[in-house]
Amino acid sequence: MIELLIILAKIILIVGPLMGAVAYFTYAERKIIGYMQVRLGPNRVGPKGWGQPIADAVKLMFKEIVVPAQSNRYLFLLAPVLSIAPSLAAWAVVPFGDGLVLADIDASLLYILALTSTGVYGIIVAGWSANSKYSFLGAMRSAAQVVAYEIAMGFALVGVLIAAGSLNLREIVLAQQGGIWHWYFLPLLPLFLVYYISGVAETNRAPFDVAEGESEIVAGFHVEYGGMAFAVFFLAEYANIILVSMLVSLLFFGGWNSPFEGIWGLETLFGWVPGLVWLLVKTSFFMFTFLWLRATFPRYRYDQIMRLGWKVFIPVTIVWLLVVGVAVVGDLPPWWG
Amino acid sequence: MSFERILFYLFAAILVFAALRVISSRNPVHSALFLVLAFFTSSALWILLEAEFLAITLVLVYVGAVMVLFLFVVMMLDINFAPLREGFTRYLPLGAVVALVIVAEIVLVLLRGFDTLSGGAPAPKPADYSNTRAIGEVLYTDYLLPFEIASVILLVAIIAAIALTLRKRPGTRHQDPGKQVQVRKSDRLRIVEMKAEPRAGRAES
Repeated sequence: MIELLIILAKIILIVGPLMGAVAYFTYAERKIIGYMQVRLGPNRVGPKGWGQPIADAVKLMFKEIVVPAQSNRYLFLLAPVLSIAPSLAAWAVVPFGDGLVLADIDASLLYILALTSTGVYGIIVAGWSANSKYSFLGAMRSAAQVVAYEIAMGFALVGVLIAAGSLNLREIVLAQQGGIWHWYFLPLLPLFLVYYISGVAETNRAPFDVAEGESEIVAGFHVEYGGMAFAVFFLAEYANIILVSMLVSLLFFGGWNSPFEGIWGLETLFGWVPGLVWLLVKTSFFMFTFLWLRATFPRYRYDQIMRLGWKVFIPVTIVWLLVVGVAVVGDLPPWWG
Repeated sequence: MSFERILFYLFAAILVFAALRVISSRNPVHSALFLVLAFFTSSALWILLEAEFLAITLVLVYVGAVMVLFLFVVMMLDINFAPLREGFTRYLPLGAVVALVIVAEIVLVLLRGFDTLSGGAPAPKPADYSNTRAIGEVLYTDYLLPFEIASVILLVAIIAAIALTLRKRPGTRHQDPGKQVQVRKSDRLRIVEMKAEPRAGRAES
């Protein structure tokens, strides 16, 4: 019984801050994009607009959820759940430090890949059940896009597990110990880029946000949703963004390892910084990059998205897998051997 | 009854229900989604058997990739299932025979093939036992040849599927992205120097 309560407490300790991070990530998004476009962003609720996410949450909770008359009622209401469940469940295996993990399972990388690939059901079911042409178009676009980018994503992760020799996220981070030159972003640079860009595409973020495509198909798959049902889709999307950012820092940027390990002077100077802080700093940087990309690039044309996924990323990953294999077998220092 | 056993019966009941709904549901999209549910619950059953690598791979491959494409096609096609069901009673005896043969085969395999079944559940593995590593070691040593043959068969299937659908249609237009990227301003745009026109008088004002 006590064990169950401890697990429950751990889950709350993960999901609570995650929801808070999602709320203030939306604020950061509006503020940062505002400044990049020489605007102020939200600044009315509370000091400097700090209360804006809370006001948004309250507004969304008290709005009515309208179910379209010709829709498939059960699937329509099930779709947001299908969308958020995998994006929260994936956090069960994410380690926040050595041993700071809810479930230290053996194949945690595979588990995350499996769960993130099921997130697309929420989008497809939402698009289909709403019985609207715009949502259906959004759902079809999203399905094709996710299938294309998942393969590249999977191959990039195969590179990481060849490099680390383990499917366990904790062991992958431990294999990168020893300062910034031991992290995997350098030997796996093409895989890192492919993984990050595929992550942007999988979360349907600009410049790959054709599933939403405000200027073409209104809001894509969630055009018929309002109130909390709509908000749940957004919670899932932002939780996925944070997940992808954290995975990039865990897999390619040494996780909770300090970048100054093994550098004389700096190592002791920054020795007091806890590992969790390093992990969060790295994660925040990649979360910021998501916003940066959105403020910088115009939306990709749909056929170019498909071409990039199938004809550029997959060949790049396959070639680099061979390179990584040779490097691991040849004990290339300083990463291996 | 232990907790695992309760979980097993729960998942088994959901699995059987989902499998039945796959064939009895009137809406093909519902059938596909029930198939997804069936895959999920069978994956949960495999986890109860401590086969977590296979369980996660089942979700990854079938739920994450195959069923997405399946749903994609089912949603795009406007299938009317009523005409397809017309021959149901006529073919029922044949279907029953096929089902009986399959059941008999499964029973034969279960009776002869697996010794562990009679001895109850397999003994739990130690905590540091790595399912993934065990499968990898067996797959790339003892069963290397069957594994390679399976991959060649899959490769043949891929090539065949592409060869069957690949056809050059005349008159299609496509773009060369390399050319599109290399386009310079001077290829498309010509700036003409000309004298400014004197402003024409507006009639209305």
